[in-house]
Amino acid sequence: MAYERKFKIGKPILEVNNISLAFGGVKAITDTSFNVLEHEVRAIIGPNGAGKSSMLNCINGIYKPQQGTVSFRGQVVPNITPNIMAQMGLSRTFQNLALFKRMSVLDNILVGRKLHTKTNFLEVALQLPKVKKEEKLNRERSEEIISFLEIEDIKDTPVGKLPYGLQKKVELGRALATDSSIILLDEPMAGMNVEEKRDMCRFILKVNDELGTTMVLIEHDMGVVMDISDRVVVLDYGKVIGDGTPDEIMANQKVIDAYLGVEH
Amino acid sequence: MKPIFMTYTKKDLINLAVCMVLSVLIIPTFIKTEYWYTSILIPWLCLALATIGQQIVMGYTGQLALGAAGFMAAGAFAMFNLILRVPDLGFVGSLIVSGLIAAAFGILFGLPSLKVRGIYLMVATLASQFFIIWMIDKFGWFKNYDSSGIITAQDIVILGKPFTTPLAMYFVCLAVTTILTLLAMNMARGSTGRNWMAVRDMDIAAESMGVSLLRTKVQAFAISAFYCGVAGALFAFCYLKSLEPVAFDIKLSFKILFMCILGGLGTINGAFIGAAFILLFPVLLNAIGNNVFHGAIDATIISSIEQVIFGLLMIIFMIYEPLGMAKLWENLKQSMRSKLSSSGIKGVKSPILKK
Repeated sequence: MAYERKFKIGKPILEVNNISLAFGGVKAITDTSFNVLEHEVRAIIGPNGAGKSSMLNCINGIYKPQQGTVSFRGQVVPNITPNIMAQMGLSRTFQNLALFKRMSVLDNILVGRKLHTKTNFLEVALQLPKVKKEEKLNRERSEEIISFLEIEDIKDTPVGKLPYGLQKKVELGRALATDSSIILLDEPMAGMNVEEKRDMCRFILKVNDELGTTMVLIEHDMGVVMDISDRVVVLDYGKVIGDGTPDEIMANQKVIDAYLGVEH
Repeated sequence: MKPIFMTYTKKDLINLAVCMVLSVLIIPTFIKTEYWYTSILIPWLCLALATIGQQIVMGYTGQLALGAAGFMAAGAFAMFNLILRVPDLGFVGSLIVSGLIAAAFGILFGLPSLKVRGIYLMVATLASQFFIIWMIDKFGWFKNYDSSGIITAQDIVILGKPFTTPLAMYFVCLAVTTILTLLAMNMARGSTGRNWMAVRDMDIAAESMGVSLLRTKVQAFAISAFYCGVAGALFAFCYLKSLEPVAFDIKLSFKILFMCILGGLGTINGAFIGAAFILLFPVLLNAIGNNVFHGAIDATIISSIEQVIFGLLMIIFMIYEPLGMAKLWENLKQSMRSKLSSSGIKGVKSPILKK
């Protein structure tokens, strides 16, 4: 990239070391290692069933891999749970949308502010001044994110009533609201049209550029992946078959074989 | 709309003012018959309070729990024993401590929610219903070794003043219910309520945002049981005026569940609407039986008809309007408003046009 980045790509923020995950006899991931550098946009690609989403679920603590570790900022995280990872500064979106359907867009994004909310239920019940102050700050931040994502006009709509593309945006907004240093995006552009995809790419790059948030994304659209990511890791049958810059990946014979099939 | 006081918008404050004028001034001025206080208004307030408790755990946090009456019994008998054994606490102090004792049971019986969900959780929470009633029956200490089985509740004395007339008891119930309702609304609309609803709608995502499932669920069960406990104490002391475990059987739990569902899951005002409906509907049926059919229909048949209609309504609401009567009321207001504005009456803004 020609232009000067505000946040220079730094040391590894997240390292996946020799992860193996099996469901019963089915091996989803086998001895996989890769890292994510601070402030970069890292893509995970691979054919269907390659273990990409399982990988994110291992990093986030939803699945417990049988082997291997996840390190965050150089420290191995013992007993990973989604909650612990959130507290360490890792947020995520989900492949099949995991929004709070009956809550409004604003409330969904406000839930993302959970870790910046220190008041307890008694204080909330009594509406003490510090609750009001905190709520005001959280609302201001959420409104900022809403206007950043250009979804002001739907902020009071229950999320369940929104079209798919907008729901994906709201999910990104909720992840942003956590002010995490790293965000995992599981197929942020699935089911979107070209225009929506372009918008989403713009948002991802803008967040990465302005806030320095490290982005890890799973995506199927090769054009998009090659355009926006700094480095790409390719999984096939739960194994890493390629890891490098978009140009290196496009020239990698193994990757081409996995995607196009090999002549026998 | 921006909140102007606590979490309340201008509309809320107007509604609140209307409710207060109605309940504090108009009802006491115009209703003089004791029957209305002792048989309708007091149980309505108590059961609405218990329904708010059920709403918190079921409507807001999405945990199917069935055992509200058990927590009510815990609250009622705690109240009896506190007044008996720790008279220094006073009525209000005892009421709060009774609620806390019920909340402790709520935490205990809420723990299964971490492992099981849905209908299985409902069965697991039934344990609270049966265990608490059994415990009170089994150990005579809770009933102060009274052999008759029915204990008379002590008189309510607040700051040296007795509250024994139906009207005075109505005011006691009204004050407690109003305060706790406002606190519940603050919680439901604040960060606490958002955590509850996040767990209800998508627990995995909630956890990924840093919401602890353990804390949120247990907290909801505890607060719910607190509300039920206070409601149970008021129910025993202001309505029944006696304490017997049988009064808090599973039928009462189901009644509260119906109030919660018919009123509208996840709404606070639905608790009041649901409770009013379930309490008043039998009265209405009886009135119809007596006045239209002149007693030709047997009372037992009327109560069976009542059950049939409740059952039907539950099914109809579950299918067509899961958000219950509170939502119907909201829709009615909405359509009235848009009709008024489309017919050109000034000063009424349509909420639909505003968007």
